[in-house]
Amino acid sequence: MTDATAQTPGEGSRHGGSLLAQDKLTKKRNAAETRFKAYGMIAIIIGLFFLVMLAVSILRSGIPAFTTYAVTLEMSVSEEEYAEAESQLLKTAAYTDLFTRNLEQALLERGMTEGVDQEAIERIVGKVGSDIREFYRSNEDQLGQPVEFQLSVSSRVEGYFAGRLTRDNISESRFITAADFDLVDQLEELGIISSIFDWNFITGADSGVDNPGGAGIGVSLVGSLVMMIVVLVLSLPIGVAASIYLEEFAPKNRFTDLIEVNISNLAAVPSIVFGILGLAVFIQFAHLPQSAPLVGGLVLTLMTLPTIIISTRASLKAVPPSIRDAALGVGASKMQSVFHHVLPLAMPGILTGTIIGLAQALGETAPLLLIGMVGFVAREYPNGLLDGFTEANSAMPAQIYTWASRSDAAFYEKAWGGIIILLLFLLTMNIIAIILRRRFERRW
Amino acid sequence: MYDAPHTERDVDQKETKIAARNVQVFYGDTHAIKDVDVDIEDRTVTAFIGPSGCGKSTFLRCLNRMNDTIDVCRVEGEITLDGENIYDRKVDPVQLRAKVGMVFQKPNPFPKSIYDNVAYGPRIHGMAKNKAELDEIVEKSLRRGAIWDEVKDRLDAPGTGLSGGQQQRLCIARAVATEPEVLLMDEPCSALDPIATSQVEELIDELRTTYSVVIVTHSMQQAARVSQKTAFFHLGNLVEYGETGQIFTKPQDPRTESYITGRIG
Repeated sequence: MTDATAQTPGEGSRHGGSLLAQDKLTKKRNAAETRFKAYGMIAIIIGLFFLVMLAVSILRSGIPAFTTYAVTLEMSVSEEEYAEAESQLLKTAAYTDLFTRNLEQALLERGMTEGVDQEAIERIVGKVGSDIREFYRSNEDQLGQPVEFQLSVSSRVEGYFAGRLTRDNISESRFITAADFDLVDQLEELGIISSIFDWNFITGADSGVDNPGGAGIGVSLVGSLVMMIVVLVLSLPIGVAASIYLEEFAPKNRFTDLIEVNISNLAAVPSIVFGILGLAVFIQFAHLPQSAPLVGGLVLTLMTLPTIIISTRASLKAVPPSIRDAALGVGASKMQSVFHHVLPLAMPGILTGTIIGLAQALGETAPLLLIGMVGFVAREYPNGLLDGFTEANSAMPAQIYTWASRSDAAFYEKAWGGIIILLLFLLTMNIIAIILRRRFERRW
Repeated sequence: MYDAPHTERDVDQKETKIAARNVQVFYGDTHAIKDVDVDIEDRTVTAFIGPSGCGKSTFLRCLNRMNDTIDVCRVEGEITLDGENIYDRKVDPVQLRAKVGMVFQKPNPFPKSIYDNVAYGPRIHGMAKNKAELDEIVEKSLRRGAIWDEVKDRLDAPGTGLSGGQQQRLCIARAVATEPEVLLMDEPCSALDPIATSQVEELIDELRTTYSVVIVTHSMQQAARVSQKTAFFHLGNLVEYGETGQIFTKPQDPRTESYITGRIG
């Protein structure tokens, strides 16, 4: 105490000198702080740059998957024409004839003088006859009425619009000729061929390798959804119950320490290990159906559990002990204090962990391939709710993988489009989580 | 400084509520409480004083078995409440804590409404048959906690939104809502300003008419103001226990004297 009073301010003092001038040490500290801020900014800018790059490339490559080119034509088929076509041997050919006649009519009205080659029309529009026949067979009351048909163009014409095929790089064949592209250009100019939003891509099923235009992600989206339901229903209660027991009730000893270490390690196990485990246990041993979303969900549950347990334990730990004391102090039992007070306070954290776990599971591909949920399985919608769990199906990431590995470049575009849908699905999940978390937190 | 109020102190002998005999507390290998014998009287405020780490809070937490929640903590000896050993194997600590309520150092209202904070105890103990009875208990408890007038218009407001002093009185109201027989207070005023402190002290004095109150405090003035009996703990030992007036004016033990005159602690 006495030393301090003896020290005079000024030159002898440690903090001598004017306050208006920075001393050496202060300058050094300030420079270090500025440098650190700059590093942080650079890191964020690099991160943002890659994020923007990613978003731009996904959107640029994926957006074309959502549009398709279609021939739009209003025509009417009378009852006599219908009866006559149905009586013929080659029924679809008769409808193709009808279509071509109507198309020529429409072209004449729009000022095109020369006639069109029917074979060229067939090459451009693909399976027009059967589409029209299907429509009238299921809607006989529409006969005689004018109906607007939107018929998708063949995949080669799609390729021409996408720029993959040009007059120079195609080999003339019975599927396409260079002259067809002139006709396509004319039809587009006249407004017969136009680009429309491809709902089939969102709602449809996977198509064969030779028909990229007809491929849709709808069925595997249902597969992913069913798997997420299985994962949520199994991993949330199991994970939360395990965490509550470990955190609040279990004695702290060697054995529980061992369990804790193992759970942390499980979170880092490669997903393909879980896949082969699922194959061995659920399919080969338990004889659950192959390629079923139920099995996929079980495998992903194994993967998600450690994530949920770790985050739940962390959020339980974060609840102040004073709340537990308060509950015990008024005579609540251990379980009452946990369920009435601790768990509600930990809920936002638990939800965050769950969503992170689900998001991981949603994007997982490798284990699904091992249990047979490959993309080409997703050919049709399941017949009912229960079949949705047990019938062979694929999931979005596996579907995308399948498309990306197909040789036709049109599928590559579909894969990018699939990624957009996958990300939208993820975004929806995150938004739901944020809303739920807000609701729990709003309690003050 | 302490003389004046002590001379007229109520020194009637009352019946013993809690009796501790030969109590030892261990935290792992640390011997935290050594050979404590104490008789806590009914309808009396008993203050535990002593320097930090002397074991007064630990001993307080033994009285309603809050130490059970600490894995490494071990209690030996005998503590009886109305003649029944509370460490008997047949005693359920949950039932005990309904009889021996507790108020903590830091105000810790539940993050719920003021009403729910007070109603929680009566609810889990099934003390009210219907909403009207519960309302009555809540009002009575808030009145006993001397906070009713301040919160009666906003019972639905969050308990955590009150000021520190109000929160602590809410916690006292919450503790008395379960109608305990003993109320343990672990430095209830250490987080409060002087005005809130005096409000809580007044409240403690009123509570004395119904309960046996045991209060741990760092402030010797507070012990002198609110208590009738004082126990001085030092390094895990109960050094001296007696009438508050006597402890502060004529301490028998030199350690007590050093502490209250500010030489140790």
